Amino acid sequence: MEVNIKSMKHDDFKDNEYIDKLVEELNATGANVAVGNLNKLINWGISNSLWPLTFGTSCCAIEFMSLGAARYDMARFGFEVARNSPRQADYIMVQGTIVHRMAPVLRRLYDQLAEPKYVIACGGCAVSGGPFKNSYCVLPGVDKILPVDVYIPGCPPRPEAFFYGLMQLQRKIKVQKFFGGVNRKEKREEFFAEHPEERGQID
Amino acid sequence: MSDIKELISAINGNVAFIEGGECLEVQVPEKEWHSFAEHLKNDAQLSFDVLTAVVGMDWKDSLGVMYYLTSTKRGWDMLAVKVVCDDIKKPMIHTVSDLWKVALFQEREVYDFFGIIFINHPDMRRMFLRNDWVGYPLRKDYDASPEKNPVRLNDEIHEDDTVTYVEDENGKVNKVNKKVFEADDYVVNFGPVHPSTHGVMRFRTAVDGEVVKKVDVVSGYIHRGIEKLTEGLTYPQILHFTDRMDYMSAHQNRHCLCMCIEKALGLEVPRRAQVIRVMMDELMRISSHLLSFGCTAMDLGGTTAFFYGFREREQVLDIFEKTCGARMSMNYNVIGGVIADLHPDFVKDVKALIAIMPERLKEYHRLFSGNIIAKNRLVKVGMLPKEDAINYCITGPSGRGSNWSCDCRKVRPYSIYPELKFDEVLLDGCDSYARYMVRMLEIEQSCKILEQLVDNIPEGNIRALNVPKVIKLPAGHWYQQVEASRGTFGVYIESTGEKTPYRVHFQSPCFNLVGVMDLCCAGHMIADLVTIGAALDFVIPDIDR
Amino acid sequence: MFNFGTWTSAINEALLSVMPEWSAVLIECVVIGVLVLLTYTVLALFYILYERKLCAWFQCRLGPMRVGKWGLLQVFADMFKILIKELISLKGTDRFLFKLAPYLVITSSVVMLACLPWGNGLQIINYNIGIFFVLAVSSVGVLGILLAGWSSNNKYTLIGAMRSGAQMISYELSLGLAILTIIVFAGTMNINELVLEQNNGWFIFRGHIPAIIAFIIYVIAATAETNRGPFDLPEAEHELIAGYHTEYSGIHFGFFYLAEYLNLFIVSGIASLMFLGGWMPLHIPGWDGFNAVMNWIPSIVWFIGKSFFISFVIIWFKWTFPRVRIDQMLAFEWKYLMPIALANLILMAVFVALGWHF
Repeated sequence: MEVNIKSMKHDDFKDNEYIDKLVEELNATGANVAVGNLNKLINWGISNSLWPLTFGTSCCAIEFMSLGAARYDMARFGFEVARNSPRQADYIMVQGTIVHRMAPVLRRLYDQLAEPKYVIACGGCAVSGGPFKNSYCVLPGVDKILPVDVYIPGCPPRPEAFFYGLMQLQRKIKVQKFFGGVNRKEKREEFFAEHPEERGQID
Repeated sequence: MSDIKELISAINGNVAFIEGGECLEVQVPEKEWHSFAEHLKNDAQLSFDVLTAVVGMDWKDSLGVMYYLTSTKRGWDMLAVKVVCDDIKKPMIHTVSDLWKVALFQEREVYDFFGIIFINHPDMRRMFLRNDWVGYPLRKDYDASPEKNPVRLNDEIHEDDTVTYVEDENGKVNKVNKKVFEADDYVVNFGPVHPSTHGVMRFRTAVDGEVVKKVDVVSGYIHRGIEKLTEGLTYPQILHFTDRMDYMSAHQNRHCLCMCIEKALGLEVPRRAQVIRVMMDELMRISSHLLSFGCTAMDLGGTTAFFYGFREREQVLDIFEKTCGARMSMNYNVIGGVIADLHPDFVKDVKALIAIMPERLKEYHRLFSGNIIAKNRLVKVGMLPKEDAINYCITGPSGRGSNWSCDCRKVRPYSIYPELKFDEVLLDGCDSYARYMVRMLEIEQSCKILEQLVDNIPEGNIRALNVPKVIKLPAGHWYQQVEASRGTFGVYIESTGEKTPYRVHFQSPCFNLVGVMDLCCAGHMIADLVTIGAALDFVIPDIDR
Repeated sequence: MFNFGTWTSAINEALLSVMPEWSAVLIECVVIGVLVLLTYTVLALFYILYERKLCAWFQCRLGPMRVGKWGLLQVFADMFKILIKELISLKGTDRFLFKLAPYLVITSSVVMLACLPWGNGLQIINYNIGIFFVLAVSSVGVLGILLAGWSSNNKYTLIGAMRSGAQMISYELSLGLAILTIIVFAGTMNINELVLEQNNGWFIFRGHIPAIIAFIIYVIAATAETNRGPFDLPEAEHELIAGYHTEYSGIHFGFFYLAEYLNLFIVSGIASLMFLGGWMPLHIPGWDGFNAVMNWIPSIVWFIGKSFFISFVIIWFKWTFPRVRIDQMLAFEWKYLMPIALANLILMAVFVALGWHF
């Protein structure tokens, strides 16, 4: 199955094998038609309505602003509703270096996001620490503390690269399984198993 | 210079003059530093009223601080004062934060990096690192092993605790624990991730209803340890850090670092390179001020103006992209010149930009600056009188909005600026609106500079031919300043003659800007906190470095 | 002019002929309820797209383009996403009030929507104090916002809610006074009669000076009442993250989001009812030919067209002006807007008493 983005050529995406493999893995267990179609509808909704959390620490954030501005206009994809409250955002785009002092804050923001949630590591610093990798207080890549969905390299990445990364995220969402995959039930059970005292406190 | 020497030796006989530096340099015994500083500031003939830079130093056998002072009244002569701690085991220096308020934050930075305790400083907390950090990273014997300071995912505790070291009459230093806020203060936490802090800055704000009582600046959420990193890299390798500090003054910052190294090497930069550098600096300034305009408008809720500012900014970025190959973090200046020649379209593009700017500026004024709501929100908000601006060393457009003539291009000219005709924009509003308007008027001045240069770019080399293959600076130290988009940016390099610098310090303008947040915001409303921040226009990675 | 009342009474009679009255009324109520909710959703979705497109055009952008033709399906994607988003419940909140608040907000706006005169004979509730009822119901929405801010146990939401309370209570006065000015002129509070009164010309023309002043006051107060820029302080993004609904996620946030847009339609609808004739076409006394042509355009198009136009003006405000500060906003209301509205009310009374109107 080819996962496509409207008016983009399939071959223009560089890592099609990865997505194909993902689709294969997900289809291995199979799903019935009704659930499958509902999944598709929901994934269509999520992938076309990715609201970012405004989170920029350095240079990449300025390029992200350019992305929202008139020339690149991410509103075309419906990405422009940047929410400042993590409760209402869909993905966190880590734009810039994450240092030791920031790490717990970022982790908390990720925890505050409502499911389904995604993470994009954007720019050299977020991917690997970038030019500051050897510093005493820089986190060598946000994947040390968060599960990252898409990496966008660059210092800072060009707005086109941002779009490419966002489209890759859309493709990844299009193949996910909302039922029996990314929904929250399992995570809740895991959490309550670890923190039995919280049961009944929050629901 | 000699008469100043006499005046200084008249104050204190124990002062030792250090010869061979680029400016007048003295060493003062620690015990007499505070009284000496008082004389320097208050003596009518000396009147060193600006503390430009505070550089913590670790000379391996001793710890100390280099203070760079200058006087607005006497032609901006620089005086470097070296103060060495008596005891390396328990380093202490008397604070001068009561004389120059800018030292309040600067000395906290030195404490954070070197562990030098400032006696009588009201708030001796760490500035950039977590309060449970082990060790002082810029000391030469710092243990950087990750076991000592792993990535901690727990929150910092005891954020409200601070400490001050008070000296009693007998000269004994006592530690006094304090709280930052009163017990019944209603503290609202702005940041570190907050849309109006322009990055990851945190303002812990005590409010009374909507009125701000006190702002506690908590910084360091993007402290990347650049100064320590430079110590392990060669000079050409450290250049790229400057582009990533204040990314809105990338060219100016890098210009400064290159000039500092060139000064130490005694390199003559070809005129073509000088002209290109100045043009790039001014384009960068335009781009930065346009962003600042957009962000100020957006912070006030006028989102549309933001897009208009960005429209023209893209045009500037196009010019950068064609010549330097990148939209941001251009990495264009190199030691001895610039890395690549101008793109053939450069002249045409710059002319197109200069041609449209006046009209676009009028459009901005129609849309935003003249708007009654915008004026009501900015005029008489965040007052910063000239004396305070000098005392807190608020340079750049923010200082000039307080009518302080502090443009480095005029008062300590460098490169080809003395030959150029442009005005230093000075407004006496002392409020947010004046700071905002200075930026808008500076765009016009930058256009004027570009206009003078665009048809007069001389032919020639873009890089000095005699740049050594391996760059080794002679032993010594140098301090260089330029006028970046947000104020005076300084670079201090200390070399021992190696391929790598012994110590590099970046004196960033934005660090001083956040220092006045408490002063400007107290008594205003929560909404004003946002506009004051926007009008001061700080860039967080420049603060934290 | 076509009267939708002929359809509705025909349906009513058909139902009565096959079943007892109570079951006919029950069926009608259910059908109308479903219709109102459907209208509500469709309108809200339309308005979200309307604003996003308009704001993009103000800002030299394109706005949503990729999802569906010209981005028409964008809002449906958003809706699906919001529907399946996790509802986070927090420790330390007042859980009952926390969950009640969005429903209060959305209920109040649904009830207001039901009161609007959609077209000739297309009105659900029609009784003698109609406009008074609308004003009363609109106040319930404030309660929802206050509760949301209070129960979230968050400092930002609390400040947002308090701002909202102060703002709504203040501006409701001007809003009420502006409406009262027109009621003095029309002499009725019945929504249907208000529309029919404007058969010989809309109130804004017939009442000339005081009516125009009242219209301007109404539009300003309505902008404030719907928490829209330059009065969007309760959710001032750059100060309070997302204001009173900072802690809401998923469909609970969606309710606030929808209600905000629907309130925009409702205040525009009331403006068109009170000043621009509701569903009444543009009639100029004496010009019978012109009036006949105007009557050809269906009444429902008139109503919706007028409302969309006023919404456009309010959206235009938001994307042009910066935000005011809380003290400036309150000073503006209490020092300028309300005294002017009061004086205007007296002026209107004088005009009516002396018959200085058309």
